[in-house]
Amino acid sequence: MRSEEHLLVDEQLISAKEESDDKTTAEKEITETVIPDKPRCLDEEYEMVYHKPKTLVDVSMHYCPGCAHSLVHKLVMEVVDELGIQEQTIGVAPVGCAVFAYDYMDIDMSEAAHGRACATATGIKRLMPDRYVFTYQGDGDLAAIGIAETLHTINRGENITIVFMNNAVYGMTSGQMAPTSLVGMKTTTSPFGRDVMEYGEPIRVSELISHLPGAFYVTRQAVNSATAVRKAKKALMNAFRYQKLKKGTSFVEIIGNCPSNWKMTPIEASKYIDDEMIKTFPLGDIKLPKGEDLKLLEEVK
Amino acid sequence: MKMETKLMKGNEALAEAAIQAGCDAYFGYPITPQSEVLEYLAKEMPKRGGVVLQAESEVASINMIYGAAGAGFRSMTSSSSPGISLMQEGISYIAGAELPCLIVNVNRAGPGLGTIQPGQGDYFQSTKGGGHGDYRLIVLAPSSVQEMADFVFLGFDLADKYRNPVLILSDGAIGQMMEKVTFGKFKPGKVDKPWATVGKPATRERNYITSLHIKPEMLEKHNEKLIAKYEEVKKNEVRFEEINTGDAEYLMVAYGLCARICHKAVNIAREKGIKVGLLRPITLFPFPTEKLNKLAESMKLMLTVELNAGQMVEDVRLSVNGKVPVEFYGRLGGMLPNPDEIVNKLENLIKKNHAL
Repeated sequence: MRSEEHLLVDEQLISAKEESDDKTTAEKEITETVIPDKPRCLDEEYEMVYHKPKTLVDVSMHYCPGCAHSLVHKLVMEVVDELGIQEQTIGVAPVGCAVFAYDYMDIDMSEAAHGRACATATGIKRLMPDRYVFTYQGDGDLAAIGIAETLHTINRGENITIVFMNNAVYGMTSGQMAPTSLVGMKTTTSPFGRDVMEYGEPIRVSELISHLPGAFYVTRQAVNSATAVRKAKKALMNAFRYQKLKKGTSFVEIIGNCPSNWKMTPIEASKYIDDEMIKTFPLGDIKLPKGEDLKLLEEVK
Repeated sequence: MKMETKLMKGNEALAEAAIQAGCDAYFGYPITPQSEVLEYLAKEMPKRGGVVLQAESEVASINMIYGAAGAGFRSMTSSSSPGISLMQEGISYIAGAELPCLIVNVNRAGPGLGTIQPGQGDYFQSTKGGGHGDYRLIVLAPSSVQEMADFVFLGFDLADKYRNPVLILSDGAIGQMMEKVTFGKFKPGKVDKPWATVGKPATRERNYITSLHIKPEMLEKHNEKLIAKYEEVKKNEVRFEEINTGDAEYLMVAYGLCARICHKAVNIAREKGIKVGLLRPITLFPFPTEKLNKLAESMKLMLTVELNAGQMVEDVRLSVNGKVPVEFYGRLGGMLPNPDEIVNKLENLIKKNHAL
């Protein structure tokens, strides 16, 4: 039996190897050591304890080694599988690294213009209030160009789930400063480090939006360790289930690893989150539903 | 449906028509001179089973339309010039993703904040694409309150037929004026939308709405598909009105409000013995190119009249391709020409033309 912890370490090791200059050797080694000829779980003496979610399309993803997106895509699709809501779920992909999310998620999806995912999701949800609608957005998309749509959508209390991937840089355009870049963080457009006098402090979106009455559930998670992954999954599960209550917006911020643009190995990136990112973006629940609302959830289940 | 005649403002007639045409959702933002559309629908839609939402901006409204239209619902937004400018990115996405929807521009005079009075300065923006990339909207130009209502039905049907955004290009005068309007002439069309994002059942592949085609060879194919569609639109959907063209030696070309003023000018000129007619393009895209080219054969001169510095006149010139001189008369900044002023201009041009 292989736990998620092992899988994560494996993924990181593979990624680290792929980053090394000697690719041929690395690839060879992976083929030889990691991928068995036939899945061991198919042997009779092994019991199937884990498989990829069915709604995750079986193709290789375009994400960089060690990137958080692939993992969070998988978590979102696990939630869809486990709730059995593939037929009722519509996702909205952003402009940014996750622009191709619809290539990986076997559900109906809409791409949105940069920053407008929340408006697009509003359009979908208002017409189909009983569907599960979610947006999947990065920090540039949600917190810079799209902050107006984000705030107003949450203020209206649209019954959607917002998955906010915060890796503190613009990933797709190769590492420019984001509204969430840390103070002093070097990016391609803040080559000497983010200067507070020039650009202000990073926006703490979860704290900001938690003050809006329309925000029903706000939490900040990470996916840089097996424990974090399990917590993030639980948060996403809650965020989707709460849509049934029609009480407001569920907002899950995930501090994502971006080794390529942080110029780090995947392992260093995971450590950077623990050492640096969480000082600005502390993990945990920021706004929780009231007890009586959660009782209702038991009823609608 | 029972026929019913009412006295209504253009904007309100358009809003009422939207409900009758089966509009499922309206998203909009207030701006003069079209706020009555949102106000009317805010009152009426909830009673009659539709979604109406005042968005935080025109940018948000057009992207709400993108979501709702992508889910297969009849969706509409309206605004006036500065607001339509804000929507252009979203309109480009909608055209790229081939989503049917209805957009209404109650044109005011610009540029910038300009004024709230009527204008036709958005002709280029409306008919040449407007946003980034190669695309076209189907553009309908009403010239009466009745047409404000009728073109909503036509617009939704054309949008569904071609999976393309349709723009009703009105102006501040048509939007604000009150006239008789008869309802009950049309029924809402219904079209299957198997491509819509409504949730994926096990029986089909997933649907996704996108304008992204990252591989150039794929995007080129997509562009070619769009162009083929626009050609089809040009073949089937050209609409215009001809007034007194049968024996005419001179032709005025005008759309919307200007066409009404020119109609009066034609009558005045006819009383003076000038054989003049009027061609009123109803669809600005597709443009009545062939019709104008044919009319050019029997005309000595054409005069295009617009509430701008000369925009449609370029299409008129392209249409007649040098067969006949095409002159222009325009008023700007929200000012309107009176019919005598246009007749004067025509008389001077005729004199000048004979002198040559």
